[in-house]
Amino acid sequence: MDDTILEMRNITKLFPGVRALDDVSFSVRRGEIHALVGENGAGKSTLMNVLGGVYPHGTYSGQLVFDGEECSFRTIHDCEKMGIVIIHQELALIPYLSIGENIFLGNERARREVIDWNETHRDSAKLLDLVGLKESTRTAVKDISVGKQQLVEIAKALSKNVRLLVLDEPTASLNEDDSEHLLRLLLELKAKGVTSILISHKLNEVVEVADTLTVLRDGATIETLDMASGGVDEDRIIKGMVGRDLVDRFPKREPKIGGVAFEIRDWNVFSPLNPERRVIKDVSLNVRKGEVVGLAGLMGAGRTELAMSVFGRSYGLRISGRAFKDGKEIELRRVRKAIDQGISYATEDRKSAGLNLIGDIRENITIAGLRKVAKRLVLDHDLEAGVAEEYRAKLKIRSTSIRQKAGNLSGGNQQKVVLSKWIFTKPDVLILDEPTRGIDVGAKYEIYTIINQLADEGKSVIFISSELPEILGISDRIYVMNDGRIVGEFAREEATQEGIMKCIMQSVRENGNGKH
Amino acid sequence: MGSIKDFLRNNIRQYAMLIALVFIMLFFQVSTEGILLVPMNVTNLVLQNAYVFILAIGMTLCILTGGNIDLSVGSVVAFVGALCGTFIVTMKMSVGLGIVLALGVGLAIGVWQGFWIAYVRLPAFIVTLAGMLTFRGLTTFMLKGLTIGPFPEVFQQISSGFLPDFLGSEESAFNVTTLFAGAALVFLYVLMQLRQRANRRRNGYESTPLALFAIKLALVVGVIAMASFWLASYRGVPIIFIIIGVLVIAYSFLTSSTVPGRYLYATGGNEKAAQLSGINTNKVLFLAYVNMGVLSAIAGIAVASRLNAASPLAGQNFELDAIAACFIGGASATGGIGTIGGAIIGALVMGVLNNGMSLLGIGSDIQQYVKGMVLLAAVAFDVISKRKAR
Repeated sequence: MDDTILEMRNITKLFPGVRALDDVSFSVRRGEIHALVGENGAGKSTLMNVLGGVYPHGTYSGQLVFDGEECSFRTIHDCEKMGIVIIHQELALIPYLSIGENIFLGNERARREVIDWNETHRDSAKLLDLVGLKESTRTAVKDISVGKQQLVEIAKALSKNVRLLVLDEPTASLNEDDSEHLLRLLLELKAKGVTSILISHKLNEVVEVADTLTVLRDGATIETLDMASGGVDEDRIIKGMVGRDLVDRFPKREPKIGGVAFEIRDWNVFSPLNPERRVIKDVSLNVRKGEVVGLAGLMGAGRTELAMSVFGRSYGLRISGRAFKDGKEIELRRVRKAIDQGISYATEDRKSAGLNLIGDIRENITIAGLRKVAKRLVLDHDLEAGVAEEYRAKLKIRSTSIRQKAGNLSGGNQQKVVLSKWIFTKPDVLILDEPTRGIDVGAKYEIYTIINQLADEGKSVIFISSELPEILGISDRIYVMNDGRIVGEFAREEATQEGIMKCIMQSVRENGNGKH
Repeated sequence: MGSIKDFLRNNIRQYAMLIALVFIMLFFQVSTEGILLVPMNVTNLVLQNAYVFILAIGMTLCILTGGNIDLSVGSVVAFVGALCGTFIVTMKMSVGLGIVLALGVGLAIGVWQGFWIAYVRLPAFIVTLAGMLTFRGLTTFMLKGLTIGPFPEVFQQISSGFLPDFLGSEESAFNVTTLFAGAALVFLYVLMQLRQRANRRRNGYESTPLALFAIKLALVVGVIAMASFWLASYRGVPIIFIIIGVLVIAYSFLTSSTVPGRYLYATGGNEKAAQLSGINTNKVLFLAYVNMGVLSAIAGIAVASRLNAASPLAGQNFELDAIAACFIGGASATGGIGTIGGAIIGALVMGVLNNGMSLLGIGSDIQQYVKGMVLLAAVAFDVISKRKAR
C-alpha cells in the first residue's frame, strides 16, 4: 500500500476576477498531522473547500486522489462517505439540540426513520469518552463552552469513521487549557491511525504537533517542510508565509502630515453576546491630518469591533473611553453624530452592511448625506443626480448609468460606490475596513489611488487590512492589533512583514489568544 | 442619453401592471356591454373601494420598511367606526369632535403597535395579529354586538356626498364645477411639468427623452380630462374622491421626493447598511406604523360613513385587500421596493375585477378565486422577471 492518503494535484480554482488557487499540489501521508499555514487569503480555506466538496467537482481543475482512488466529490456528503471530515471554524452544531443528537445529526441511530434514543445516547457517550469530554449526552450544545463544542465536533467526525480529519483554526477561540487538550487529542487520534490536516495561525502549536507543514501564499504552494527532522522554527515558517517582494503595486504619494486630527484614549468595549467578555482592551491610538494609518492584525484581532464601536457605537456594549477631534473631546453616541462630526466608516462587509443592493448607484451614494441634496427634507432630484454623476466619473464607477442597481455591479465597483457614499459626507476621518477584499488587482490599484488623493486633501485615513503587503504599501504608520489590544506600532521606515508577523505571534504566545 | 428602451426596462414592472389594468378594463367594458365605464358605475367603483385605496397607501409604507405587513387594519377600521358611533350617535358629540377623537385613537393605536414592533422588535406579523384580535374584541364589546346608527347627515356626506356645483345651475347636463376643477388640474400639471423640464435644461441635467415626455404628458392629461368628464356627467366629484386624491398625491410625494421617504426605501433595502449610514431605522419603522394607525382611522371613518352605521362586523378582511393591492402593484415581499402609484393600480385591478364580475353576475365564490389567482400570477411574474434580468 502506498503511504500517501491524500494527493491533490494541480488544483486551480478561479473566482470572478481572482485566481484563488493556482496550480496547487498538496499531499498528505497516512497517519501524520499535516499543518497548512499561510496568511489570510492565501487559499487555505479554498483548498479545503475543494477537498470537502463545497466546490463540487468540475468547478475547479486538477485531480483529487484519496487512498489511491481518484475522487470527484459533488457534495459534502460524498466526501464524508469516504471518511474525510472537515471541521470548519464556524462550528456546525445546532445549539438547542443535545450533544447526542448533534453527534448523530444526519446519521441518526434509527430504524425505519424512528430514532433509537438508547442507542443514540449509549454510542455518543462512548464517543465522548474517546475525546475526553465529561458531559452528559443529553446536555444542550448551547450550554457547553466553545472548547467542549469543538470536542463534540470531533466526536461527530469519529462517529462517521473518519480517516482524514481537517481542522480549520480549531484553537482560534479556545483558551490555553482547552487548546492543550485538543492538541493532545490530535496526537492520540494519530496513534489510532487517524490522519489530520491542521490549519492554524498559531505557529507554536504547529511546531509542537505537526509532522509536516505546507505553506500557501497567494493561492500557490510555496514549500513543504519536514517538521520531524527538527530545525524548523517559527521564524523559518514566517519567512515562507510572507517572503515575497513588494513590487510596484502601490501608487506613490509624498505624505504631507499635519497635526493630530483624531484620537481615542483608553477605549474599552465588551461583547454584545457576552457582556462579561472584553473585546477591546485599553486601546489608544491617533491619526494625523493627511496621514494613512494602517491597522494590521489577524482575523478576529478586534479591528472591526474597534472601528465600529468608535463609529457611533455600532458594535459592543459598555463602551468606555474618550475620543478627541482636533484636540476637542467629542461624543460619538450615534452613527448620525459620528457622521456629523466628520467621521466615516466603510464596512468590511459591503454586501450585507455597506450597500442597499436593490437600490441604484445614485441612492447608495447620497444616503449617508441625504440632507445635502434636500431643501427642508424635500429632495432635489436633479441635484442628487448631479452628485451621483460626479462621483461616478471621479471614482470611475463602471456602470451603464447612475440608475444601475448596486447589486449588479462587480465587487470593485461596489466598493467605489461605498467610498463615494462616504466621501460625499465630506469626512475628515475615514475608517476603511478591508476596502480591497475580494476585488481584482486593477480595482485595488484604483482604490489605493483614491486613498492617496484623500490623504493629499488633508483627510485622515485609518486603513484596516489583513493583507500585510497592502498595509505596508500604503500606510504612513502602522498599528498592530491582537486579541483586542494594540500590541505594536511601526513607522513606515521600520515596518517589515516579518516584524509585524513576529509582533503578532509574540502576542499570541503571551496571551494564549482568547484567554480573557 | 437614456433611451426610451432603457427607461421602459427600468420601469417595466409598473407599466406591466398598468397595461394589465387597461386590458382588464377593456375586457369588462366589452363583456358588460359598456356598463363598466358608465359614469355612475365609475363613481360607485371609487366609493366602494375607497377603504382599499386609503389602507393600501399606509400598507405600502409598512411593506417598504422590510416586508412588514399590518394585519390589524380591518379590526382598527371596525374599532374606529364603533368609536364614531359611540361618540356621535350615542353620546351626541359634534361630528367634528368625534372625528378628531377617532383620528387621535388611530394615532394612539399606531403608537402602541409601532412601539412593540420598532423598539421591542417583536415581529410585525405577531404584533398586528394580536391587534387584529384585540381590536375586533374591543369593537364587539363596545357595541355589545349591536349596530349603531344612523349618523347625522354631515357625517354621511364624507362617503356619499358630492362637491356642490357652485357654478352650474339645476338644468345643466354637466356638473360645471367638476369640469372647471378638471381643467384647472390639467393646467397646473402641465405647467409644473414644463417648469421642471426647463429647470433641468437650464442646470444641464439629463432629462427624459422629449417623445416620452410628450406621451406621458398627453396620457396624464387625457386621464384627468376623461375622469372629470365622467364625474361631471354624473353627480360631480365625490368628497371621498378628493380625500383619496389628496392622500395619493401627498404620499407619492413623501415616498419619492423627501428625505423620510428615501429612508423608508433604504431601511427596507438593507437595514444594516441604513443604520451604518446614520439612519435611525427604529424610528422609521415606528413612524410607518403610527402612520398606518392614522390611515386606518381615516378608512374607519369613511367606512362608517358609507355604511351609515357602526357595525361590529365592519372591516373584515380589509387587511387582506390592502396587502394584496400592494403586492399586485409591485411591492417586494422583503421590502425596499414598491410605490404608492403601484398600490393604487393594484387596488384598481382588484376593484375592477370585483365590480366587473359583479356586473356579469358572477358569484363571490368565483370572484375570490379569480382575485387569488391574479395575486399569485402578479407576484410570480415579478419574481420570475427579476430572476431573468439577473
